[in-house]
Amino acid sequence: MRASASPAVLLRRLATAAHWLTSPLLPEDYFELINPLWAAGELCGRVEVVHAETADTVTLVIRPGRGWVTHRPGQWVRIGVDIDGRRHWRTFSLSSAPGRSGGRVTVTVKAVRGGLVSSHLVQRTAPGTVLRLGRPEGTFVLPEPPPPRLLFVTAGSGVTPVMAMLDSLLPGFPAVTGPDVVLVHSAPTPGDVIFGGRLRSLAARCPRLRLYERHTRSEGRLRPADLARLCPDWTERSVWACGPPAMLDDIAAYWTGPAGGLHVERFSPVPAAAAGSGGRVRFTRSGREAEADGETPLLAVGESAGVLMPSGCRMGICYGCVARLRSGQVRDVRTGQVHGDAGEMIQPCVSVAAGPVEIEL
Amino acid sequence: MSATFHPASADTERFGRELDKIRDEVLASLGERDAAYIRGLIAVQRKLELGGRALLFASWLPPAWAVGTAALAAAKILENMEIGHNVLHGQWDWMRDPKIHSTTWEWDTASPADQWKHSHNFVHHTWTNVLGKDRDIGYSVVRISPEQRWHPIYLAQPFYNALLALFFEYGIAIYDLELERIPSGRKDPKEALAQLRAVAAKIRRQIVKDYVAFPLLAGPAFLPVLLGNLTANMARNVWAHTIIFCGHFPEGAEVFTEDRLENETRGEWYVRQLLGSCNIDGGRLLHIMSGNLSHQIEHHLFPDLPSNRYAEIAPRVRALCERFGLPYTSGSLARQAGSVWKRVLRMALPGPGGPSAAEPPARMLKAAA
Repeated sequence: MRASASPAVLLRRLATAAHWLTSPLLPEDYFELINPLWAAGELCGRVEVVHAETADTVTLVIRPGRGWVTHRPGQWVRIGVDIDGRRHWRTFSLSSAPGRSGGRVTVTVKAVRGGLVSSHLVQRTAPGTVLRLGRPEGTFVLPEPPPPRLLFVTAGSGVTPVMAMLDSLLPGFPAVTGPDVVLVHSAPTPGDVIFGGRLRSLAARCPRLRLYERHTRSEGRLRPADLARLCPDWTERSVWACGPPAMLDDIAAYWTGPAGGLHVERFSPVPAAAAGSGGRVRFTRSGREAEADGETPLLAVGESAGVLMPSGCRMGICYGCVARLRSGQVRDVRTGQVHGDAGEMIQPCVSVAAGPVEIEL
Repeated sequence: MSATFHPASADTERFGRELDKIRDEVLASLGERDAAYIRGLIAVQRKLELGGRALLFASWLPPAWAVGTAALAAAKILENMEIGHNVLHGQWDWMRDPKIHSTTWEWDTASPADQWKHSHNFVHHTWTNVLGKDRDIGYSVVRISPEQRWHPIYLAQPFYNALLALFFEYGIAIYDLELERIPSGRKDPKEALAQLRAVAAKIRRQIVKDYVAFPLLAGPAFLPVLLGNLTANMARNVWAHTIIFCGHFPEGAEVFTEDRLENETRGEWYVRQLLGSCNIDGGRLLHIMSGNLSHQIEHHLFPDLPSNRYAEIAPRVRALCERFGLPYTSGSLARQAGSVWKRVLRMALPGPGGPSAAEPPARMLKAAA
């Protein structure tokens, strides 16, 4: 049998050989010196353009680096941003349809009051910034092929995943045939409508899209009963709703159509740090759980629950016990500081639970 | 040299609280500047390594060989000392960058990162300079304190300490396996074997890289490249050995007995770290090339604070020591290294008698400084 290795196999062999030259690092660690987007193992994207949508909202055009997988309209992505030297991760909906040149995608970010990451992205992110990216995730997506009649109900930044869906449903200059789309969008004033200009001109040119803007400052909040008036056949349509939890709850309660016909996407807010301390601790890999008070270090909590906890000095200096936090927040017993982003590495020997906590051990 | 400094207990705790305050201040002020420092340093180190290796490929020009070897040696020193050692301490974990993190970092030395974190971060940093507990090199292989019982084998220690300097990384890796604990059953031979395999795998990769792959790639420059790599590795080993021995073994550093550990408070822990460590005076370059172990005292008080901050807090720590009447041992590299070697030579011979022989050298040094 002749060895006629495919280019992929050859490339893999070359990479293995190159690894012997760069050990203990990877060849990519050196490529990164030239272009951070060539990093492997950690997906990056470079911000190429930043344009303002409203006073407090921007769209970032991002060119993803190696390893990006094409998303489906409506999905979200985790974005890692370095602020003051620390990496913070938040999730944002992708606001563009796939298929842009160079694999470019957009996310549209509204600065949340007091929101560290959203404010940073809106106010202090310049073209050229390199962001860390997760993989596109989420099930708030259109089926293939899309249903013939759709209704989107959105409010505020809830329009961002829907913009990606509209982009893919109504590509370019819309043809006469295709699904029939109604969009009911709420925002305080006309100036606060994210993608306002785009949506209005799209609706003006495309008879298949009907746009209803609800300006809540003058007209009040949208009630589910209004939906029946604006779109009488709404329970016969496939409905996608994205916005504040109260709006979604209202719609779900009012919904009388088929069970699978209503799709909702919640932008659940980051749970506030529990003022009280202690909580249920779940060790995800070992499947064990324990109740922790606000004084016992998580290391001791895990050990008494029978979890194989790595450990060392037990005083916060050796980093032998570091583990990944999946959810929840912890308090550093040395500083009293409450912290914890999903995925953060914490020191269980000097951390106590501040509310329910999940640790990957 | 074991004249233990025991200030009043309330003072000790106040001293500890002052140090905690410094630590909190530094932690609260960590930010962009620090992140830029470590990222910049890593980039410089990698470029220096690439440049050094490229120059070695042109080593038919003798200056290219010398400069290339020097660049490679400097890159290897930075990689081990200011980057690897400190990243593995978790000094940069606060950035939450998985690529510069104590749990993911691997470095160009024979000891695998996880084994190192146990023997160094835990055993050495927790039980610093406690005889019988701190397994840091010296306390059994080399006799550096009169409390260690003399044996004729120590007559050869000046010779084998020099040899150890040349092959330091291998010495540490083997020593950290704690093979001597197997006969007494305190170490599982299976665990030791698994660790030995991991060390062997690392050494294999290092040897293939520096002594086979790069020389072969250089073609006709095979031999000069091999010799350049060998020289760079040895230079790094000797440098690391020198800096590390200067950290805990010059005159002035105290050695402790195990009873000291009983009910040790936070303040007492700080004092022990202070008394067991010695600084090296020098400029910015020396600090960076020593991985800021020239600030051994600050490093032992705050092993997880980013190393670029040690120089900033050193004057405050020193002033605090003066205020509390505690010694702060510091000297030039030549003086500290000379002091270490004097001790290695002296302790090769039996004696001296009791620990009470002389005035506490820590204070003598201070008086002389």
